[in-house]
Amino acid sequence: MLSKLKNYKFWFVFTPYFWLVAFFFIPLAIILKISFSVSEWGMPPYKDILEINNSGDFILNITSGNYAFIFSDFFYLKSYLNSLSLAFTSTLICLIIGYPIAFYVAKSKPKIRNLLLILLIIPFWTSFLLRVYAWKVLLQGNGILNLMLIKLGFISEPLSLLYNHYAVILGVVYTYLPFMILPLYGYLVKFDLRLIDAANDLGSRKINTFFKVILPLSLPGIIAGCMLVFIPVVGEFVIPELLGGSDKLYFGKIIWDEFFVNRDWPVASALAMSGILFLIVPIVIFQMSYSKYNFKNE
Amino acid sequence: MNKSFLKYTLLGIGFSFLYFPIFALIIYSFNESKRVMVWKGFSLKWYGELFKNEQILESFYISLKIASMSATFATILGVMAGYSLARISKIPFRPFFIFISTAPLVMPEIILGLSLLLFFISSNNLFGLPSSKGQLTVLISHMTFSVAFVAVIIQARLFGFNKSIEEAAQDLGAVPNSVIWKVTLPVILPSIISGWLLAFTLSLDDLVVASFTTGPGANTLPIVVFSKVRLGLSPEVNALSAVIMLVIVSIAVGYYIKIRNKSDVN
Repeated sequence: MLSKLKNYKFWFVFTPYFWLVAFFFIPLAIILKISFSVSEWGMPPYKDILEINNSGDFILNITSGNYAFIFSDFFYLKSYLNSLSLAFTSTLICLIIGYPIAFYVAKSKPKIRNLLLILLIIPFWTSFLLRVYAWKVLLQGNGILNLMLIKLGFISEPLSLLYNHYAVILGVVYTYLPFMILPLYGYLVKFDLRLIDAANDLGSRKINTFFKVILPLSLPGIIAGCMLVFIPVVGEFVIPELLGGSDKLYFGKIIWDEFFVNRDWPVASALAMSGILFLIVPIVIFQMSYSKYNFKNE
Repeated sequence: MNKSFLKYTLLGIGFSFLYFPIFALIIYSFNESKRVMVWKGFSLKWYGELFKNEQILESFYISLKIASMSATFATILGVMAGYSLARISKIPFRPFFIFISTAPLVMPEIILGLSLLLFFISSNNLFGLPSSKGQLTVLISHMTFSVAFVAVIIQARLFGFNKSIEEAAQDLGAVPNSVIWKVTLPVILPSIISGWLLAFTLSLDDLVVASFTTGPGANTLPIVVFSKVRLGLSPEVNALSAVIMLVIVSIAVGYYIKIRNKSDVN
């Protein structure tokens, strides 16, 4: 045992293992526990799962009522579906915009490529909150977009561009685009360009070359990029809060309100837990594609 | 000809989309008017207001403090985790370790924040620790998700570089402990630096997790900015964005010149 403690390997595994179990895994276990608790008035606003009453009997306070409640109320289900459709739409748009950019940046000459890569990373380092706020400024009734459209004669009255779900999609695509481009770039830059020449030499049409050679080989990058956008967007809170209106409610906002406004911790926990449950499949896909990527590199 | 036209058009549109909002915000930051959208003339007034605003300055200082500590500790833990994942095969419950060290990458912030807050409250009820929410709880939360990001970077770097260099050192008589200090760590140093920088920005940028885990005296910059822009626009925030952009662009230009000179030498 003592020799083990002197070995750096033991500490290398043990220290982060301990940290992540303590501050990532146990907190998740705690929301799981609270999601089955009975809510009550007080602080904390739920009953302990195991109680000992005055006569010394154990009382088990477990309920599946929180889950039954959120699944029976269409309000919650709908907000979840809104978030899923937001995540799906914006992931697709990010992919369509991001793929050509990643492709052309990866194909540029090394000198230009470094410059373009830095230009891609700068917005990524700039504060996320401020980039969302920038759109709030642009989309105002008397904002720059409306002024431009009026000047160009497309419209005579300012459009209400802000506070609807299109503005939310725009904000999400804008802030999450680098998360799509960077993993795609990581794949495409390693891509052997001679394969394209080879396909062309063998008489393949350009469109076929793209669909049969380039696209399949960059598939792991596409999966990684899509998951890096899709999963966090399902729980996104800030963008709908700043750019969205009352036309659509989203999952992140519902959890936030349930916790901070209604102070119903058990229901908030049940919502979070069911969110994880729904997201487990994409998370596992992400991890599998990710480990496959590393395996290939080895 | 046709092909490069398509290429430059697409790249042009893509990059304008990325930069247009940021530039517009910078231009508006020089607007004299208090109403952000009505142009009344060029002025540096809001920069003056920004540097007089105690609340913003204090929160900026708190954010920098938490971010630098979080980045440093998360880098140490993340390097250990990344090394374990890439090089150590005997880890108890390995799949579980892989799960807890990569899941924070994609876990929605709102769930992460909620779970950490409920954890701190439960731990306070049971052990009296942490005694109150504040900078320490924000720091712990930021470290937790940053570890996963650093671990991924380190792991990718270790998979990329040839194990045989380490084996060669061992064959030449280096003991395992000195292989890691004299061979592995120097090789992955650039990744350690980028991991630190990423952890630093993640912490500086985080609003949701900090909102859950914050307490008295721990209002970070994003929390203050969010409270200002939630219901409207703020000319001071425009000025703040311009200042942040200036800092980041100068770092990026410096970095670009450095790597360009390097490739010229080569």
